[in-house]
Amino acid sequence: MVHDMIISSVFAVVQALAMLALSPLMIGVIRKIKAWFQGRKGASIVQPYYDMAKLFRKETVVSDQASWVFRVTPYVAIASVMVAALLVPFFTIYSLGFVGDLIVVIYLMTMFKFFMVLAGLDTGSAFGGMGSSRELMVSSIVEPTMLLAIFTMALITGTTNLSSISETLAISGIDLVRPALFLATAAFFISLLAENARVPFDNPSTHLELTMIHEAMVLEYSGRNLALMEAASWMKLMLYSVILSNVFFPWGIATDLTVLGMIGGIAAILVKVLFVAIAIAIIESGMAKMRLFRLPNLLTLSFTLALLAVTSYYIL
Amino acid sequence: MIQTNFDVLFQSLICILFSGALVAVLLHKLGRPIAWISFAIAFIGSLLGILLSIDVILNDPITLGWSLGTFFGEWTLYLDQLSAFFLFMVCLVMASVSVYSFGYVGEYEGKYDTGLMGALLNLFFLSLVLVVSSNNAILFLISWESMSLVSFLLVMYEGRKEGVTNAGYLYLTMTHIGTAVMTAAFLLMAYYVGSYSFDDISAASGSLPSSVSSAAFLFLFIGLGTKAGMVPLHVWLPAAHPAAPSNISALMSGVMVKMALFMMVRSFFEFLGPVPSWWGLLVLLMGCISALLGVLYALKETDIKSTLAYSTVENMGIMFIGLGTAMVFQSYGLTSLSALALLATLFHALNHAIFKSLLFLGAGSVVHATHTRNMESMGGLAKPMPRTSVLMFVGLLSMAAIPPLGGFVSEWLLFQSLLQTTAVPDILVKMLMSVSIAILALTGALAVAMAVRLFGTTFLARPRTEQAKNAVESPKTMLWGMSFLAALCILLGVLSSWIIPYIDNVTESVLGVSIGSSVVDGLSISPESNDFATMAPLLIALLALIGIVMAWVLGHPKSGTERTSGTWDCGTPLSSRNEYTGTALSNPIVRVFGNIYRPQSEIRTESTSSPYIRKRLFYEVHFGDVFERRIYHPITILFTGIAKRMTVIQAGSIQAYLGYIFMMLVLLLVVFR
Repeated sequence: MVHDMIISSVFAVVQALAMLALSPLMIGVIRKIKAWFQGRKGASIVQPYYDMAKLFRKETVVSDQASWVFRVTPYVAIASVMVAALLVPFFTIYSLGFVGDLIVVIYLMTMFKFFMVLAGLDTGSAFGGMGSSRELMVSSIVEPTMLLAIFTMALITGTTNLSSISETLAISGIDLVRPALFLATAAFFISLLAENARVPFDNPSTHLELTMIHEAMVLEYSGRNLALMEAASWMKLMLYSVILSNVFFPWGIATDLTVLGMIGGIAAILVKVLFVAIAIAIIESGMAKMRLFRLPNLLTLSFTLALLAVTSYYIL
Repeated sequence: MIQTNFDVLFQSLICILFSGALVAVLLHKLGRPIAWISFAIAFIGSLLGILLSIDVILNDPITLGWSLGTFFGEWTLYLDQLSAFFLFMVCLVMASVSVYSFGYVGEYEGKYDTGLMGALLNLFFLSLVLVVSSNNAILFLISWESMSLVSFLLVMYEGRKEGVTNAGYLYLTMTHIGTAVMTAAFLLMAYYVGSYSFDDISAASGSLPSSVSSAAFLFLFIGLGTKAGMVPLHVWLPAAHPAAPSNISALMSGVMVKMALFMMVRSFFEFLGPVPSWWGLLVLLMGCISALLGVLYALKETDIKSTLAYSTVENMGIMFIGLGTAMVFQSYGLTSLSALALLATLFHALNHAIFKSLLFLGAGSVVHATHTRNMESMGGLAKPMPRTSVLMFVGLLSMAAIPPLGGFVSEWLLFQSLLQTTAVPDILVKMLMSVSIAILALTGALAVAMAVRLFGTTFLARPRTEQAKNAVESPKTMLWGMSFLAALCILLGVLSSWIIPYIDNVTESVLGVSIGSSVVDGLSISPESNDFATMAPLLIALLALIGIVMAWVLGHPKSGTERTSGTWDCGTPLSSRNEYTGTALSNPIVRVFGNIYRPQSEIRTESTSSPYIRKRLFYEVHFGDVFERRIYHPITILFTGIAKRMTVIQAGSIQAYLGYIFMMLVLLLVVFR
């Protein structure tokens, strides 16, 4: 028991750090693919690492209107995604699943959002308020969608522990595949785009425009504070991609401690995350950002899909 | 020996509260000193109550040594685990409210009778104690009525303010309708059982004909639901809770509404015997409606205390979801799952009591400092009132169910118990439960938006008015009272694996099964079996703390690289007019849920000679409560209409009135001869 816990803890820390280290790379890959679609050569895929290093060296400017909320938000943001990362299986099924299950992961993300939205309001600029207000609208529908989508998997596998979901699915294979799984996957993918401020919900390459959501909230951050906020957001995209890969399609994940299994697990997760990155890049290249008040249609669509997924589990 | 001591403790609690009220009533002319004395008495009383209730939860039920023989049977006071749990909740909140009141009463010095507030506070406390400990239906109804009346008086405390009287009378009417329906339920039960004593009623549970127990269930659900603010019987709650002084609002929203939950648990499980599944589904359905509408209405309010009052409606809805789930499980004989759902409900009740009273006290401090309840006249209060802002922030985190605070742990348990529905054999019930999972999740997300909106509008950005700019931090006693509750918000979450076994004692006394050993395993909490899920709040807290400290060490700006400057203003100086108000912040959500809100907005423009240059823009938006417009308004018109017709017989002559009384008497004698 204790032995298992120590192994899980070690792997959880290694995996969380690996996700953190790889998250800028994922952003770089998405940007590169988008550049290809636009007929540009594009920046190197390691450019986000350089950006991060540069931000760390820059001066930090804090608004004179800001209160303590603005100052603590970057640290809480990065801490909440890192704690969530400890609970999510990456290339092995070992994680700190006994500390918290999928509900904890989703609510840790809510904690991140809670602080970020308040930080957007804190400086008293109209941009910040605009971003916060829109974020609240989007997340109030996305959050239940995500919970329901993962609950479907929890019902199929009989556990809400993310590692156990992956393990059960990966071992029992095709027997557990049900229509509910596909509905839930679709709902979760739409939520992934919405939560991470991707097209068609938000355009990650806008700065100082009236359509911004995420960028508007972090507009006042600079220097190291901005670096932390950006790292947390990138990490969040990585985390959701990993959850999508490992909860809905866990096949290939290392279920034991053999070297071969590990190598297979690492290869499998890298391919899956790369696949998610390509999907995001294609959608962003092929679609325009939606008008703000068209978003609820898409969001409620995904909510309905998730609800159908849970219900169909009971019917079918 | 120890047992006797606790009897004495119970007796002295009653005596202390009674004498506190009496002294304050007699000497209320002395003003603030007597108010302070009565707050001190309430504080001592709540400490005694905490000791007493902990003893009862850990050991055995106790009765008050004294009793009173009446026509309706022997009246005495009785504390078992369930009543002790609610007494514990009352006393925790009362302890901090009484400390808070020391500073808060200064607000009313010279304007209203402060001594009277002390007296009413003690009486309110006493009535709450009586409600949870009555052993007889009639004594219970009397206590319930006195609780309602004392709280009505407290709502009317600031009677010279506009709107308070209306709110008070609305409350009085609604609470009496509720009490009347409840009285019918208890009389029905007592008629079939042949006794008013709760012991006899619960001993006879199961022997009632099912039609009678169903009727009694419906009556009780409506009657108690009125007090709990269940939609559509909630209309009084968002009017009356904010109208009362804030320390009283904290008690009303924090603990008084829980008295309804207390009686529901007691009567549905203990008095009315085997629960049919439709009872549970009805409670679940009403819970879902209350939770969702409560939080949606909270999102449109601009009054800080009304927002919190609607959030109480929401949280009572969440508790009804839990209670309904427990009843459904119980009806299928899944007692241990039922215990899990009930445990989650009771734990959520405790958490809600703590964070909601903290938030009302915080709102009281803010109102105390700015002299307005409108959030949109505040703003920027985090700078002049840093301590209050942090304390309220903790309460809001718990309300928004952010891990690892108390609110999160109880919501987690609730989700887990809803997910155990796979054990229910009926497919239709399973589907309904999955819909309620969706509604609970949606409510949770909207509650986050509501918490953000409340804090952002009140405490962040620039002050929007002079009063907000000149606000000062509250007196120390007010901060102490709130700090106690804020600490509890955190401890209830972080230490929940030590607290839950005691709540398990309470559910065991109701349902007869103990699930403590399967729910709690060392540091972690899990539903029924460890395979389904585990969660360790203390470890989450530790990890988060380590994460924050590491992020600070590695990532905080080095000294000399940080500079303070103005917010980016695009070239035009920013004023408080540029920042988002609460209405603006929630406007997208209001538009998304437009079918529920049905807002009526009006935009008027005042142009100069050129139509392209506008001098002024007016924007008005009205939200009517749908239930008020569709249900209550027609009923009011009907009754005032009837009353107007009846004025014909109201000639003002005393002989005619005596004649009516005589006729009525004859009629009654003929009918019931």
